[in-house]
Amino acid sequence: MAVEKICVVVVSGTRERLQMAAMAASVAAVSGMEVTIFLSMNAVPFFIKGASTDAPSEGKFGELMVQKNAPDFKTLFRQAVELGDAKILPCSMALDIAGIDTATLEPYLGEPTGLTRFLDLAQGAQVWTF
Amino acid sequence: MNFDKDLDARGLNCPLPILRAKKALTDMQSGQVLRIVSTDVGSVKDFQAFCKQTGNELVSQAEASNEFTFFLKRK
Repeated sequence: MAVEKICVVVVSGTRERLQMAAMAASVAAVSGMEVTIFLSMNAVPFFIKGASTDAPSEGKFGELMVQKNAPDFKTLFRQAVELGDAKILPCSMALDIAGIDTATLEPYLGEPTGLTRFLDLAQGAQVWTF
Repeated sequence: MNFDKDLDARGLNCPLPILRAKKALTDMQSGQVLRIVSTDVGSVKDFQAFCKQTGNELVSQAEASNEFTFFLKRK
């Protein structure tokens, strides 16, 4: 059976969307799917080393996740890489606009990637956007 | 049933039982059996799908007192 390819585009900086993206990506990766996560826009600053995962909630559910000690989204993304060989690629445009140095990013992230390269990777894949 | 490793996933919500199981299986040899106990009601279908996707064998599953027990044989 051919390996299923999943591309997860994460642009949101809200807790619920980051959490759902991390849950979906990590489960897909540990289930043997080939997962590529493209981080852009408001999602990127959370992946600076040591950055807080205290993202603003969109609604009540985000607050409930904090109260119930749900695993933080960065832990789930890291497990997608460590346990499922997922790749997390930061958007080169977002890094440039936000003035973020690549050396300051979490070590489990891959190389800065442009949209053309990402679209090449996404050929034939399911694409989920958060 | 005999097992080689035990995973207590009680009290953990989706997707943690699956992620913990994957981590446990990574450290095991082919043919070894992992026992998992979960309280997540979605875990029955989740472990069936996980085994279908990964090729690990779901040897048995059972429910008692709102706890779900799975025996997975590593591929």
